[in-house]
Amino acid sequence: MTQVWLTIGLVALASFTLKAAGPLVLGDRQLGPRATRVVALLAPALLTALVLVDTVTSGQRLVVDARLAGVAAAGVAMLLRAPLLVSLGVAVATTALVRLLSS
Amino acid sequence: MASAASEEGTPADRGYGAGARAGLPFAVATVVLGVSFGVLARQLGWGVVAPIVCSAVVLSGSAQFAAASILGAGGGVGTATLAAVFVNARFLPMGLAVAPSLKGSRLRRALEGQAVVDASWALANRGDGSFERSFLIGATVPQLSAWILGTAVGAVAGGFLADPEALGLDVIFPAFFLALLAEELRDRQSVAVAVLGGLIALSLVPFAPPGIPVVAACLAALLGLRGRP
Repeated sequence: MTQVWLTIGLVALASFTLKAAGPLVLGDRQLGPRATRVVALLAPALLTALVLVDTVTSGQRLVVDARLAGVAAAGVAMLLRAPLLVSLGVAVATTALVRLLSS
Repeated sequence: MASAASEEGTPADRGYGAGARAGLPFAVATVVLGVSFGVLARQLGWGVVAPIVCSAVVLSGSAQFAAASILGAGGGVGTATLAAVFVNARFLPMGLAVAPSLKGSRLRRALEGQAVVDASWALANRGDGSFERSFLIGATVPQLSAWILGTAVGAVAGGFLADPEALGLDVIFPAFFLALLAEELRDRQSVAVAVLGGLIALSLVPFAPPGIPVVAACLAALLGLRGRP
């Protein structure tokens, strides 16, 4: 239990520091135009990585399972200009259905 | 800085309330994640209080799952902490990105920066390198409340609950990130960055500790140094 509490404290401190570092270092300074361009491009890079890691990986393995079906179905719904909540519903329902059928 | 912004017309910020409403769908998914964490930690012998305290002070699902599963697999405190740092390392570039959009002293900005979670960061991103500050904070409040509440439910109820994954709710995050990504793909350069970032992340997954592939994907944004195509 000591290990658990020690880990909780250290992980809390680490997470706080990671989020605080940027604002502490930059303060109220504005970034230059080139740095701003790079920051604007962080979103497509990070979001693509998060989508892929949350969809087709498990730990250090690449896996294809119900999640891929669900996210792909949501992608199709988005291409068909479905409202966002409908697309999310499609993702959840497809994933649950594939899990039900494959279990 | 405020005067410079107002000369160009102060950029719109939809505000705390609109942020909170935008964060609600994520809060629903986060409750489920929180329950899963509470159940997992309880199974690992953490008792009821420690998982709840953990969620209330760490405020980060991915880092907590990483640390808890490593402790559960017999890893030490150092290994568990390091894994959590890797998993959360993306908050370093994300924090640098939001810093100029926050308000007040360095200390206050550091505290406001704690509101950065994936979904809020992406929702509040204006796409030009700036962020809607109060919208971001507003979007985080329901998600963090949901995280702590879900953990409490999971830790108290323990193994009596059905497997939340069977409901398919875990795909809300990648599906939502996909929708946000679609809005980010504005020109050839952003598409190139997305493709490169995805390739970097996937190719590193088998070799790098969890979390690192997502951080490394940020390197793709350096294509922005070349200016617009």
